[in-house]
Amino acid sequence: MLRLERRRQPSSFWRWAAPLAAVVLTMFLGGLLFAAMGKDPLIAIRTIFWDPLFGQYAAFSRPQLLVKAAPLILIALGLSFGFRAGIWNIGAEGQYIMGAIFGAGFALAFYPSEARWFIFPGAILFGLLGGMLWGLIPGVLKVRFGTNEILSSLMLVYVAENILAKMAIGLLKNPDGMGFPGSRNLKQYAAAHNPELAAGTGAHWGVVAAILAVAGAYVVLSRHRFGYDVRLTGQSPRAARFAGVNPGRLILICMAISGGFAGIAGYFEVAGPSGQISIDFNVGYGFTAIIVAFLGRLHPVGILLAGLLLALTYIGGEVAALTLNLPIATIQMFQGMLLFSLLMVDVLTDFRIRFGKAKVA
Amino acid sequence: MTSTLLELDGLTKTYPGVVANDDVSFAIRKGEVHALLGENGAGKSTLVKSIYGLVKPDRGTMTLDGKPYEPAEPRQARAAGIAMVFQHFSLFDALNVAENIALGMENPPALRDLAKRIRDVSEQYGLPLDPSRVVGDLSAGERQRVEIIRCLLQDPKLLIMDEPTSVLTPQEVHILFETLRLLRSEGTSILYISHKLEEIRSLCEHATILRLGKVVGTCDPRATSARDMAEMMVGATLHVPEKADAAAGEVVLSIKSLSAPAPHQFGTALRDISIDVRAGEVLGIGGVAGNGQDELVAALSGEMRTRTGTISLNGTPIGRMGPNERRAAGLSAAPEERNGHAAAPDMSLTENALMTGAVPMGLVERGFLRWAKARSFAEDIIKTFDVRTPGPQNAGRSLSGGNLQKFVIGREILQRPKVLVVNQPTWGVDAAAAASIRQAILDLAADGAAVVVISQDLDELMEISDRFSALNEGRLSAPRPARGLTVEQIGLLLGGAHDMEVAHVEA
Amino acid sequence: MDLSAINPVLLIAALIAASTPILLAGIGELVVERAGVLNLGVEGMMITGAICGFIAAHATGSASVGFLGAAVGGAGLALIFAVLSQYLLTNQVPTGLGLTLFGLGLSSLLGQDYAGIKAPTVSKIDVPLLSDIPVLGPILFNQDPIVYLGIGMTVAVWWFLYRSRRGLILRAVGENHEAAHALGYKVRLIRVGAIVFGGACAGLGGSYLSLVRVPIWTDGITAGYGWIALAIVVFAGWRPYRLMLGAYLFGGVTVLQLNLQAANVPIPAEYLSMSPYVATILVLVLMSSGRAPGSLGRAFHAST
Repeated sequence: MLRLERRRQPSSFWRWAAPLAAVVLTMFLGGLLFAAMGKDPLIAIRTIFWDPLFGQYAAFSRPQLLVKAAPLILIALGLSFGFRAGIWNIGAEGQYIMGAIFGAGFALAFYPSEARWFIFPGAILFGLLGGMLWGLIPGVLKVRFGTNEILSSLMLVYVAENILAKMAIGLLKNPDGMGFPGSRNLKQYAAAHNPELAAGTGAHWGVVAAILAVAGAYVVLSRHRFGYDVRLTGQSPRAARFAGVNPGRLILICMAISGGFAGIAGYFEVAGPSGQISIDFNVGYGFTAIIVAFLGRLHPVGILLAGLLLALTYIGGEVAALTLNLPIATIQMFQGMLLFSLLMVDVLTDFRIRFGKAKVA
Repeated sequence: MTSTLLELDGLTKTYPGVVANDDVSFAIRKGEVHALLGENGAGKSTLVKSIYGLVKPDRGTMTLDGKPYEPAEPRQARAAGIAMVFQHFSLFDALNVAENIALGMENPPALRDLAKRIRDVSEQYGLPLDPSRVVGDLSAGERQRVEIIRCLLQDPKLLIMDEPTSVLTPQEVHILFETLRLLRSEGTSILYISHKLEEIRSLCEHATILRLGKVVGTCDPRATSARDMAEMMVGATLHVPEKADAAAGEVVLSIKSLSAPAPHQFGTALRDISIDVRAGEVLGIGGVAGNGQDELVAALSGEMRTRTGTISLNGTPIGRMGPNERRAAGLSAAPEERNGHAAAPDMSLTENALMTGAVPMGLVERGFLRWAKARSFAEDIIKTFDVRTPGPQNAGRSLSGGNLQKFVIGREILQRPKVLVVNQPTWGVDAAAAASIRQAILDLAADGAAVVVISQDLDELMEISDRFSALNEGRLSAPRPARGLTVEQIGLLLGGAHDMEVAHVEA
Repeated sequence: MDLSAINPVLLIAALIAASTPILLAGIGELVVERAGVLNLGVEGMMITGAICGFIAAHATGSASVGFLGAAVGGAGLALIFAVLSQYLLTNQVPTGLGLTLFGLGLSSLLGQDYAGIKAPTVSKIDVPLLSDIPVLGPILFNQDPIVYLGIGMTVAVWWFLYRSRRGLILRAVGENHEAAHALGYKVRLIRVGAIVFGGACAGLGGSYLSLVRVPIWTDGITAGYGWIALAIVVFAGWRPYRLMLGAYLFGGVTVLQLNLQAANVPIPAEYLSMSPYVATILVLVLMSSGRAPGSLGRAFHAST
């Protein structure tokens, strides 16, 4: 019989070893899954985790790592504040979409302006505002009416997707697009474009923003009163109130941060890698970022690493789809398994596993 | 047939790092009220949980009515005729009285029949109770009645009562004792767990005293002095806090017509509370739990805002201020619940020191935390108040209840507040820690602070208060000098017996 | 625009059918939450049920086997959640989210060879004579068996929760797990049972989409229905009859907006499509009532 015994102190070893163990466990479980699908597990794992970086076509796939990691890291960092405080914004996907719409909308309103000094920062700001606004809706509803933010933020994803679909064929539709849905391509709009900063790296302004955000979030969480308030609220809401934290204000700030970060990510994406507002603009970064946030232990540096890892699985999944004929959906499942494994291994942080017959009833 | 009902022989139970029960043996006779006496942490709870089948002892045997008794779960214990009233009631707030009682029975009758039986039994034992009321709305005394009736409906041979009087007014205690004596006369044995010596002397005919998991003595409480029992229990002579007589100074904290609605469904509204507290005095506020203590602390600490002018500190209205503004103005508070309210169990002691010390101790500068300073503040608390811990990096939950409480109280006292409000400062704290906490509170008052102590422990209040006032259904009685108050007078101040009459006791 | 094309009787009959997946998933989750567990994986269990049901029905040609397979699939996924949350004491919020993400991936993996295939038909139960009653007939007596199952399940759950001892115990566990444990009830086991039941119900609800409503397999077929079911449990204040009301409300909005789209109302289709989600938020904000079970979402570890 196995049983769990609560530790007097959370284990600092497992706090950091758990994500690594989770990755290993996921590879193992994933291997079983691939074997069940009739694929060689070792080859599949290598194709997903190794080939995108060092394989035959790595020169093509490697830049994609930063391209995909940037939005994941940005969104996950934003989410991590709320998650730490027990505020469950799971609608980052919608906030990401709204950021893209607002940012692209701002930029396209001035088309064909050449004032990049004005258009590009302005569009980023609008992206921020769009995401923030979308994130604040569930925030305000929670503070004002006690509405469950998990459900309202998630519902707003579907609303945002419909708005996106409408925008692609309505307000933001390319007037020169010969009737095809989708906005003008921002890659061909120099004032708004989010270009690759160094050829072959995949690094664009979103990557810069993600790195700055990691540093900023680190400082705020470890050194600033706000970070302390967030952590205290997450661990003991009553204690936080006693310590003088205004819970409503904290909810609004956290929702604004997570929405804003997702919104910025949305704009960088639409103005760069994606290029245009179209019905299939969003690919689920907002949901994957939840996994990134947890895998990264809600810690900025952890999120940076987790974001890179999840980005790798995206690219690896695409490579595997091509070379091994593995369905793309496998990766989604794989990501879900990663979260499960982490939560499972995580039990070791707070509990000790004891062998032998349970002495406790 | 012997006259022994339950015999314990060599019961031992160890937890990692603690021996909760060490070779405990004693016997409970039929129809006796047997006291189990000991401090917090002496192993009383573990022992009764073993009898009730919630804990499986590592070694030792139990014999019930001459037959081996080894309950694997509470169900078996109940089937064998053992019933238990828990210290922290095992009740379900959202369910009604009858449903709660049905849950504690093996084969309950249909709810309608059960309701009738509840009425019958409650009348027979003088414990009126309406089966259809939702338990969350009941007072602590009424909630205890639910538990007792739940036990009585099973015709137990042995009734275990874990600290039953800690939530009762003196009158309610009186009624409870009548009920217990009636049960005894009917042949039911009662295992009565307490650390209140006078109660045990008036009720029990046999006592077993536990210390650090071991039986350290037995006695006949009717023939033993409280002092002797206390020394057996604590193992040393107790230090009684010294109270210096000091002339009260200026009014520091002034509350005028403070009313506030109940903050949640099962909370209590504050009604028209007015009182002045002077520099250098300790105001003791007594009352049964759930009569507005938490709400009063919240209103004073700033967790709950009130109208301007209802609360003022040195003449400045502070009713609209948040907790940190009040701390900056010199008002500190320590709520009852240590874990998750006054302290964050999963955070380090340094971080816990920051909780309230951030503003008054200058631990935050332009929004940024000064960790080194916070750490030395935490070290200061640990040193000054003798908190037993390896260091400030340890999590709050790694401390024992008494040590964490010393940390919490110490944290507030070291901020040198002009007013300190504490709720249940020594609840669940061992005697030595309790004595040092009380002394610290008295020292603070002696240095000129106004102190408000809210407690359900009347002995504690009598020991440290200059004036006494009682909180009853959100109302605060006019304060009286504490010296010379009798238990009966206090009982009346506490609002009597909550419409509970000793009705129809057929002894 | 032609609003006269909308027949109110057929609309109500369609509403009851449209609300069935939500009602089934919701009633399952209601039991789970009443036991004190918050499983946010409803969407994942629903869609797993949808594909499992579809595969089972397709393989056997029998819709009944399909529904059975759906219940098993949903329950199987729920079992993962049960083990993680009850035995490994994981935080229920991310675990539920993980379950949804995992279920979405799993279903799309399992369903890759079934896209676009039509499901075996499910015949309606046409109660003779009664179904000919004007207005009431088509609404009440000409539905498919799962619709009746959904209604029957709601009544059964109501009876179970409020009239049976086991239901009382389940509510007690959800209200205060420490107290229930102290009385000797097996908190973990009861919760695992509830979670598995919830998964089976969600799976069944999902298969109603893939086998009856749509009835072909497409990726992401549940389109947030699982989340809406969660929302309706909150709206219902954890009470079965209000859950039914909530499900019908949602079914009504869904059917109405589809009818309006078909009638070429001059409102963009996208705005009509988003209306069920907006309605759900509004309902949550304006009409939520009731108190959540006391131990909802808290992990239980017997430490005595």
